[in-house]
Amino acid sequence: MKNILILGATSAIAQETAKLFAAEGANFFLVARHPDRLAAVAQDLKVRGAAKVETQAIDLNRLEQHATLLQSATKALGSFDLVLMAHGTLPDQHACEQDVAKTMEAIQTNTLGPISLLTHIANLFESQQHGCLAVISSVAGDRGRQSNYVYGMAKGGLSIFLQGLRNRLHRSGIQVLTIKPGFVDTPMTQHLPKNALFASPQQVAQGIYRAIVKGKDIVYVPSYWRWITWVVKSIPEGIFKRLSL
Amino acid sequence: MKKNLSWGRYPQVQPRATLPILWQSDLPHLTGYPTSVLPRGFGRSYGDSCLNEDGMLLDTTPLMRLIHFDAQQGIIRCEAGVSFADLLQFIVPRGWFLPVTPGTKFISVAGAIANDIHGKNHHKAGTFGAHVIQFELLRSNGEQLICSATQNTELYRATIGGLGLTGLILWAEFKLKPIHNACIAMERIRFANLEEFFALANQSDRDYEYTVAWVDCLSAGPQQGRGIFFRGNHAHEGFSKSSNHSFRVPCDLPDFLLNRFTMKIMNGLIYSSAPPDEQKIVHYDPFFYPLDAIHDWNRCYGKRGFLQYQCVIPYGQHEETTQKILSRVARSGTASFLSVLKLFGDQPSPGLLSFPKPGVTLAMDFAFRGTKTLQLLEDLDSMVCEMGGLVYPAKDARMSAEHFQNFFPQWREFARFIDPKFSSSFWRRVTQDSTRSSS
Ligand SMILES: Cc1cc2nc3c(=O)[nH]c(=O)nc-3n(C[C@H](O)[C@H](O)[C@H](O)COP(=O)(O)OP(=O)(O)OC[C@H]3O[C@@H](n4cnc5c(N)ncnc54)[C@H](O)[C@@H]3O)c2cc1C
Ligand SMILES: NC(=O)c1ccc[n+]([C@@H]2O[C@H](COP(=O)([O-])OP(=O)(O)OC[C@H]3O[C@@H](n4cnc5c(N)ncnc54)[C@H](OP(=O)(O)O)[C@@H]3O)[C@@H](O)[C@H]2O)c1
Repeated sequence: MKNILILGATSAIAQETAKLFAAEGANFFLVARHPDRLAAVAQDLKVRGAAKVETQAIDLNRLEQHATLLQSATKALGSFDLVLMAHGTLPDQHACEQDVAKTMEAIQTNTLGPISLLTHIANLFESQQHGCLAVISSVAGDRGRQSNYVYGMAKGGLSIFLQGLRNRLHRSGIQVLTIKPGFVDTPMTQHLPKNALFASPQQVAQGIYRAIVKGKDIVYVPSYWRWITWVVKSIPEGIFKRLSL
Repeated sequence: MKKNLSWGRYPQVQPRATLPILWQSDLPHLTGYPTSVLPRGFGRSYGDSCLNEDGMLLDTTPLMRLIHFDAQQGIIRCEAGVSFADLLQFIVPRGWFLPVTPGTKFISVAGAIANDIHGKNHHKAGTFGAHVIQFELLRSNGEQLICSATQNTELYRATIGGLGLTGLILWAEFKLKPIHNACIAMERIRFANLEEFFALANQSDRDYEYTVAWVDCLSAGPQQGRGIFFRGNHAHEGFSKSSNHSFRVPCDLPDFLLNRFTMKIMNGLIYSSAPPDEQKIVHYDPFFYPLDAIHDWNRCYGKRGFLQYQCVIPYGQHEETTQKILSRVARSGTASFLSVLKLFGDQPSPGLLSFPKPGVTLAMDFAFRGTKTLQLLEDLDSMVCEMGGLVYPAKDARMSAEHFQNFFPQWREFARFIDPKFSSSFWRRVTQDSTRSSS
């Protein structure tokens, strides 16, 4: 993977994943909102072996800017072998129930923004006939639960979009990887009490790296989440609706 | 699940809150918080120097980015929370090694500075602090100071070995050591008693960069002080890969598992299964970090936790004193499983409150068994104190204020550099100041 575009490059998971590719001398174009944070990440990747690192600070909720963003990224690095999409927010479910604007904002960041970006990138990749699109969704998207269904829907919608995209792009030789992490100890989950199910961003990054290199379609990280969600998904709805999950 | 304990899991006290420090560009205003604050790395200190009961911990492990690497000079600058494990992965393939490393690689750069850690090469290289060129310190008044041997010198000296009390280290720059490859040419030699240990150590310290000994603390009589001596140098040639096998202790093991009897059997086995003398080329991992292959090994001691005791006895009557300490431990009926002996050299450290000084250092682990354990360690403190030695704060959870102040008479001078907002459970204990956690 020579040329890599990372959306949400300051995310803890994205940083750890980028380090693994930096060690191989990759080139990066990093995108997130805070320029100072982007600069710190860029510096780290350069020291670790990245050949070239460019950054752009932008709010990815501004869909109208996506086309020009991708133009400047393409201009900076030529073309891309890998796009890692890692930006996202974990909305407060309770607050969303009281205020639909919060729900809409969560969907904007976690679903609509990604769909807009993916549409542009898919066309780009289709014309170059190669590339890997690795997108961080979540195990939360595998089934709606009362404690987290706004985020769950946003990620679930994204997962289904990716499934369709994979089907479409397969014949062009493009890998579409849906990444489904379980709980990860990052700033996003800072407020949650930690338990044994929490993985470190390093552990998750290793899983993502291997899935990209091996050309996988869907990856659960850590892998035991595949079985946890399998159990959760197999509970009949009549019973499921009574559970407090 | 309890978080934020120290490695010994004693004392089991909790902070009121933990604040992660995520970005250097986004630092908190520390004066705005109601309690005292204490920086925290990976919590690999054994006692309470990384604890702040009812106060706030500043978690610096998210500060994990590299800033600059000078491949010619072997100088690295990185954020405070970068781990030795991460650094090794980066520097070893580039032909460099850590100037000083402890027995675990799961520690942070700032933690290494704050405890001014030492390693198996203390007799050659001194402490980690001696290799630190500069660092940036955030004080609670918002000042950000670059500290080095020529700039803010007093704070530089106070922060090295300063137990996290002088401010928050944001990044540090230090010198690395050139190597040829990832291997160590090592030798393992059995010794039958303390006398043999001292002879081996004195003879090895000239030609070997790394020396340390495991000692069987449970053997008595003529076998007292028997053990295995390890010495090594960075290899010039050779190839050995690190094995990726690691294991995690899944839960607290029952208290009774590690008792005097089982330890005696294990110690006996370790001693007698070692060949009398063996030479081989090994990867640096098993040489420096044998315990890291067992994640959470501290849980073997059960849920009451354990205490580590590390002292240094200055040269002079060090041989008799070591003997006396071992006898006192053997008599106590409490057992130490992992006991380590090493000779410290006389390389000076810039640190004002640093622990190492020329002499023999002895480290032992004791399962916590209430007052019996505390009484034993208190007795050892008195013996160490009498000989002009001292006890390592990074591993302490219980020494008396009186002993601490005897061991570190410079503590009052050091106290001038403490940031008024910073405090720790350790510091309140050894200065008898119980008022500061919520100041
Ligand atoms: C298996 C094992 C073997 C060991 N072997 C050795 C050894 O051979 N030699 C040796 O010297 N030690 C040894 N130790 C102890 C260990 O090296 C030290 O306790 C080390 O300081 C732990 O680093 P940490 O990152 O876990 O810091 P913590 O334990 O979390 O904190 C240590 C101190 O650093 C301060 N600190 C942390 N971050 C900052 C910051 N950003 N700014 C300012 N202060 C900060 C804290 O306030 C605290 O006072 C060993 C420990 C273990 C578990
Ligand atoms: N942590 C978990 O438990 C977990 C579990 C499953 C899935 N995930 C997913 O994993 C991904 C990475 O999350 P993380 O845990 O690493 O969290 P994180 O460290 O909080 O990262 C989230 C990143 O998204 C960026 N971002 C948010 N909104 C943005 C916007 N509007 N425009 C541009 N960038 C924006 C942020 O960068 P700036 O603030 O600099 O803009 C931030 O770096 C997310 O998609 C998340 O949903 C996380």
